Amino acid sequence: MEFISFLSGIAMPAIILLIVIFGVIEKVKVFDVFLDGAKDGISIVVSIFPTLVGLFLAVYALRASGIIDLIINCLTPLLELINFPSEIMPLALIRPISGSSSIAVAVDIMKNFGVDSTIGLMASVIMGSTETTIYTIAVYSSSVGIKNTRFVLVASLLADLAGIVTSVIVCRLLV
Amino acid sequence: MLNILWPIFIIISFSYAIFSGNLDNLNSAIFSSLEEVLKLSMTLLGTMCLWSGLMQIANNTSFVKNLTKILRPLMKFLFPDIIENDKLYNEISMNIVANILGLGNAATPLGLKAMKTMQKDNPNKKVLTNSMATLIVLNTASIQIIPTTVIAIRSSLGSQNPTIIIVPVWIATIVSAVVGILATKFFIKMGK
Repeated sequence: MEFISFLSGIAMPAIILLIVIFGVIEKVKVFDVFLDGAKDGISIVVSIFPTLVGLFLAVYALRASGIIDLIINCLTPLLELINFPSEIMPLALIRPISGSSSIAVAVDIMKNFGVDSTIGLMASVIMGSTETTIYTIAVYSSSVGIKNTRFVLVASLLADLAGIVTSVIVCRLLV
Repeated sequence: MLNILWPIFIIISFSYAIFSGNLDNLNSAIFSSLEEVLKLSMTLLGTMCLWSGLMQIANNTSFVKNLTKILRPLMKFLFPDIIENDKLYNEISMNIVANILGLGNAATPLGLKAMKTMQKDNPNKKVLTNSMATLIVLNTASIQIIPTTVIAIRSSLGSQNPTIIIVPVWIATIVSAVVGILATKFFIKMGK
């Protein structure tokens, strides 16, 4: 556990250091290039801001109205059988479908159960280790006019399921 | 997708709240959701600027090229059909490296370019080839070395240790990617 937290802590500083050293050695004007790239960061956030406003409203309303609890209460007996935490079920369900909705759901879960609680960690790891599967498949196959995606959806959803189950197990070991 | 999902969320939650007399909660949720978006966006703004800037430096060095070289044995296993096609090899390995570095904006155009190149040699234009299928599965697996968005979310929520999830994310991602690839190889062998 000590080692995991050490490795997690050093990952980001090490990569930043490595990139800057690479830049200096290869005589890149590092700060000019950095500024140039950093501008893109602004437009990424600005462009998703309206989407996030809409989806945070929807997800917070789902929580406040009691719908999310209603769904969780229905699922709990089933999920208890396989020892799966029902609190993160909303995230597992929305994650493959919509990226920005899953950000809203993840924030909602982390806020409700505590960002550093086991549930909060699980939500974080699921967010970091899975992708908007269905959207990605649609973008890639429709870009070249493919109609038959064969086994791709099944294989990707299996991968997501494995990622989610692993996230749950790893976080239980971590805490 | 959101044109369907969003109204469903709004209609269900708002009408359920009104009928169950939960209006106070709903009203405060409307404003707290806006507050939360603002808070998150401020943190995201910083994280995204920092990361995009750093990646721009990486893109201007041989960093990416070196990474694609390291990937070569893996690429041989994943895409046995395309390894002799240099242009395609570059597009696919650049797509994977961009994903690993978290350059979502760069990864997608590269991936779509590779799809286009593969489609040229595809005998049946309506059906995915094995390599196309593998590329899509890899792109749904989110292989990312620093999960920047999650770290930003965690720090905007006041986590004691926002980056603690990095190694757990690696473990979960690797398991998920391996399962995806094994499933893909299995389905291909089965002739699906």
